[in-house]
Amino acid sequence: MEKFITLTSTVVPLPIENVDTDQIIPARFLKATDKNGFGDNLFADWRYNKDGSPKADFVLNNSAYSGSVLVAGKNFGSGSSREHAAWAVAGYGFKVVVSSFFADIFRNNALNNGVLPVIVSTEFLSEIFKAVNSDAKMTVTVDLENQTITNNATGTSESFEINPYKKECLLSGLDDIDYLLSKKDLIEAYEASRK
Amino acid sequence: MITILLSVVCCPSSKKSMKTLFDKIWDAHVVSSVENGPTQLYIDRHFCHEVTSPQAFNGLRARGLKVFRPEQTTMTADHNTPTINQDQPVKDPISRNQLDTFARNASDFNMPLFFPLGHQKNGVVHIIGPENGFTQPGMTIVCGDSHTSTHGAFGSIAFGIGTSEVEMVLATQCILQTRPKTMRITFNGKLSEGVTAKDLALYMISKLTTGGATGYFVEYAGEAIRNMSMEERMTVCNLSIEMGARGGMIAPDETTFAYVKGREFAPKGEIWEEKLAYWKTLKSDEGAKFDKELEFNAADIQPMITYGTNPGMGMGITDSIPTLDTIDEAGRISFLKSLDYMGFKPGEKLLGKTIDYVFLGSCTNGRIEDFRVFANYVKGKKKADNVIAWLVPGSWMVEKQIREEGLYDILKEAGFELRQPGCSACLAMNDDKVPAGKYAVSTSNRNFEGRQGPGARTILAGPLVAAAAAVTGKITDPRI
Repeated sequence: MEKFITLTSTVVPLPIENVDTDQIIPARFLKATDKNGFGDNLFADWRYNKDGSPKADFVLNNSAYSGSVLVAGKNFGSGSSREHAAWAVAGYGFKVVVSSFFADIFRNNALNNGVLPVIVSTEFLSEIFKAVNSDAKMTVTVDLENQTITNNATGTSESFEINPYKKECLLSGLDDIDYLLSKKDLIEAYEASRK
Repeated sequence: MITILLSVVCCPSSKKSMKTLFDKIWDAHVVSSVENGPTQLYIDRHFCHEVTSPQAFNGLRARGLKVFRPEQTTMTADHNTPTINQDQPVKDPISRNQLDTFARNASDFNMPLFFPLGHQKNGVVHIIGPENGFTQPGMTIVCGDSHTSTHGAFGSIAFGIGTSEVEMVLATQCILQTRPKTMRITFNGKLSEGVTAKDLALYMISKLTTGGATGYFVEYAGEAIRNMSMEERMTVCNLSIEMGARGGMIAPDETTFAYVKGREFAPKGEIWEEKLAYWKTLKSDEGAKFDKELEFNAADIQPMITYGTNPGMGMGITDSIPTLDTIDEAGRISFLKSLDYMGFKPGEKLLGKTIDYVFLGSCTNGRIEDFRVFANYVKGKKKADNVIAWLVPGSWMVEKQIREEGLYDILKEAGFELRQPGCSACLAMNDDKVPAGKYAVSTSNRNFEGRQGPGARTILAGPLVAAAAAVTGKITDPRI
């Protein structure tokens, strides 16, 4: 897993609530047997017309907006457990998703793929939407070490929560499997204790 | 109230010994705890399907690892499978490749419980697990599928995981999980005539919204839940994820034990007796503390339908869609976008609305009882000419039972065909896609945009409302 480093970036605003994983990556794209290429179909049904041409009014097709931070309405990632949603978000090039609320499984999947979900207050979220509405080039700074996010247009900062273990994983680039494999003796002891 | 508070204050040790059902099972599966971090949780049963597992097996290959406990993983192909001509090669080459990859992974990693397309134990993962006795009370159960919560109906901790976590379970039979908060939802009293378990669940989700139980593991309790069959309990637990819950569970009782007993992979003989004695202890202690408690009256629930593009957008079948002024301001863009997609207007009633498709099936409502309810309603009636109906049994065992009970003849007489088992139109990965703009009354679990095919408009409902829609061609109250 790639290490997460503090970043400052312009943002891509998606002020829709309850963005479910079927929107992030529709089921018909789940037939692949590897993790590559999902970014091309991120938000496929909002992003492309039936003939494959881009829908002009969707934010990913608007050249005014770019960056590695996606800012979305509350309850982002609800629905299916498909990790393909996290692969699509990461594959597109997003390193951070900012929202006021995330669905549990998506949040785990994102963290397991080096994408940082940043939970902010409703007010902070609506301030980012306002700021990017008046200036598409506004930036935010996400500092994982200090667990802060700053709206550089207004100068306001907010701290965010992250499980200390997951923070360490992101900073070091290590994953859960590395950790679990180091605990094999404990697993065997547990199994023996149940027999 | 005061006495309860006092007893907590004066007797902390007795409070400590009172555990919820969730606490009992979780605590029995803790291998270790990461300092300031998640719990290393042992997994008893892992279910695996073709869509969320290939990258996990590839991960094992990349690390040079074997599957740690192959006999604790059950593999079935279901998501990406056709529901006709299953004896022939799968037409779509990409789907076929995924199914072939699944078979290769089963063979390369010596997986003993592999049920491919056409196998008599094949079917939707959350249907074949319980019906073969893999699912048992007190277990920890995971699968790369959010509807794994279904298995909680047996009094187990069951939840959906991502593919990285599938890899962890294959490699170590453990995952790292943060302990969720606990919630108890009690349904007092009895359900009214013509109201199904699906209606109860859709009602609950409409009250809680799709994020209302996020961060929680839910225990369902109360008279209406106790009166339910295992099939109905599975429907309720299945939909826990649709309000964001990590999972849902119901304490096991005689109904549970009677269902499990005698199934192929259920314990037998002395071991059965030992297990049964343990299972009988699996209930929340009186006075055990939940982080949140909710209560509903079962009698308040009527047959439900959804009108929007998430399962929380549900209403009683005779109700009207909410008006815009009742929606909070931040949610209005999403609300209108959703109604626009559905072709509905705020304040509109949906009763009598013409529909195009009916889907009976999925891990939510693809069990024998759902087919009994549907067949019982359509008996002696005829399918409406304007409706295309897909009746998809959840497994070959369900299919066999439909025939044995004579339901097949009733359905055929009423003009319905039976398809072959699979997830089918629930997520439309195969050819069972509802065309753009068409309305489908569906017994599945999600009405997200495009879920049943690009542009498809899904109205979620229970098997009884689906049956009424299938014979009238309209949204119809099945109680009349």
